[in-house]
Amino acid sequence: MANASAITLPQNPRQASVNAGAGLWTSSLTVAGRMVRKFARTPQLIMFTTIQSALFLFMFRFAFGGAIKSGGALSYVDYMVPGFITTTIMWAGSGAAVGVADDVEHGFVDRLRSLPIPRVSVLTGRALADATLMLWSLVTATIFGFIVGFRLTGSVPRALAAFGLCVLFGLAFEWVFIVVGLVAGTAQSAQSMGLLVVPLIFLSSAYVPIGGMPPGVKQFGEFEPLTPMVNSVRNLAMGPDAQALVPHSTGYYIGMSLAWTAGIFVVFGFLAFLRFARR
Amino acid sequence: MAPILEAHGLTKRFGKTQALDGLDLVAQPGRVVALLGPNGAGKTTFVRAVATLLRPDSGTLYVDGIDALRKPARVRQVIGLAGQFAAVEEAMTGRENLEMVGRLFGLRRKESKAAAVRVLDLMQLTDDADRLVRTYSGGMRRRIDLGVSLVGTPRLLLLDEPSTGLDPGSRIQLWDTIRGLVVTGTDILLTTQYLDEADRLASDVVIIDHGKVIASGTPAELKTLAGDDMIEVHVHDADLLPAVSGVLGRIGHDLRVDVPTRRAFVSADDGNTRLMEALRVLDQEGIAVEDISLRRPTLDEVFLTLTGKPAQTTDSPEQPASV
Ligand SMILES: Nc1ncnc2c1ncn2[C@@H]1O[C@H](COP(=O)(O)OP(=O)(O)OP(=O)(O)O)[C@@H](O)[C@H]1O
Ligand SMILES: [Mg+2]
Repeated sequence: MANASAITLPQNPRQASVNAGAGLWTSSLTVAGRMVRKFARTPQLIMFTTIQSALFLFMFRFAFGGAIKSGGALSYVDYMVPGFITTTIMWAGSGAAVGVADDVEHGFVDRLRSLPIPRVSVLTGRALADATLMLWSLVTATIFGFIVGFRLTGSVPRALAAFGLCVLFGLAFEWVFIVVGLVAGTAQSAQSMGLLVVPLIFLSSAYVPIGGMPPGVKQFGEFEPLTPMVNSVRNLAMGPDAQALVPHSTGYYIGMSLAWTAGIFVVFGFLAFLRFARR
Repeated sequence: MAPILEAHGLTKRFGKTQALDGLDLVAQPGRVVALLGPNGAGKTTFVRAVATLLRPDSGTLYVDGIDALRKPARVRQVIGLAGQFAAVEEAMTGRENLEMVGRLFGLRRKESKAAAVRVLDLMQLTDDADRLVRTYSGGMRRRIDLGVSLVGTPRLLLLDEPSTGLDPGSRIQLWDTIRGLVVTGTDILLTTQYLDEADRLASDVVIIDHGKVIASGTPAELKTLAGDDMIEVHVHDADLLPAVSGVLGRIGHDLRVDVPTRRAFVSADDGNTRLMEALRVLDQEGIAVEDISLRRPTLDEVFLTLTGKPAQTTDSPEQPASV
């Protein structure tokens, strides 16, 4: 390029510098810190999913509940609340997908990716903050459950283990939703892709026993990850009455759901990483 | 001095669109380089390649001597980016946004607080520092977004349409800020839709279209591409036009006369000298003129000549993400 009009600049000290950049831990925490502030100052983000899940709970408990039979000694409210709590991770997760897509859409992700930080920290920071949010959803879902008349019939340590499983499932599913958000690219399409959780939730054993579903749907229900997850949680929390409703042992369902959890985490964590590291 | 930016033969294809098609660009330090081009020319794509956000299909790219294709992480240590759309957290205050990015640049807590104060002052946002960004006006948002890219005092600052959405006053302030940055060792590559911006701010202008550089040089050099200067004479009485035309015809070329507006125009390669000559001769021959002026080609005309498309000179509504 021509230098014809170059003027000699005053020799100010050149302040420009090489920025070392933050490490993985600091940058993940900083990214997560931003999310936490966003949630705290935009309560409607949280309230939307909370209200949505409460709505489902009330509908199934009071409107449809009378028409659905658990098929055993377990009352319907005790049957469905463990399912409701477990599937809360899906509603919370689809909210996270919208958040990720929104950041992609509005250049926030680009800005972070142009900074001298490990690129994965954009994802790990996000996952960290979303995990916090999911924990919140699980806690509120549990409280709602007790409000509508759910009573624990299993032992407390087992119920706590069930809650722990929910958190674990949530941490794995988190990565599915991060991938959905990255692929969707706009908040609006992430919103519609989020609707895919609906068949997963309602064709599982969460609200209705699978035994009564038509063939095909029944096979899908038996196969999909939410069914073993819901069954593990229900069996742990409710004891023998719940165990009597399903063909396999509690150990079997826990093993299945842990296998799903590990598989989902590895596959979708890797996909998120691939999608993100790509430029 | 080594170039701050050196790109050779960059190509990038999105499906059927060849966004970059063998782009060559070398930028020297200490200068403001403006990339000018119509919509879809590949400006944003180029900026994103320099910011290591996308990988070109082929070509070489060096930023401050660092190979951007092999060592993108090192490039990210010396650049700042303000993309086409403001990317700040709306649920945080201006100060919090700056401090957050300062931390990410690797500053300690105290240093990032100090950096935030410096940038707020630079961007004249000190008074609004502690309000949530979602309460900011469009122009303030744009300024905090630019500020965020300055927290790390980058060697090369990439600004994609920095003044879109700013009012004329803020735009002039922004230009001053940008000129000030160059003095402290931050070089600037900016894209713009505004020719006056390129003209007044940039030391070098690079015009791109269809992913290729079609012209580059200082604004003055580029203007010579659009043709010669033009001398325009306006007379009070249309009867004088033949006499005026006679004089002008001897001085320049491509004489045109517009009788209804009582004007005569002539092109000349060396406008200043020819204008003096025209004045002298007209005076000697006793021809009274109402007005005489010298018109230089504007960058608009350069743009039009080179791309065949008129430049955008008014605010265009923001288009959906061209990220
Ligand atoms: N991610 C993408 N996927 C598909 N096509 C893309 C993508 N990014 C850019 N393009 C296409 O590449 C071309 C160059 O786009 P680019 O955004 O670089 O233009 P630009 O010069 O910045 O235009 P504008 O002035 O409108 O901002 C356009 O035709 C655009 O549609
Ligand atoms: Mg652009």
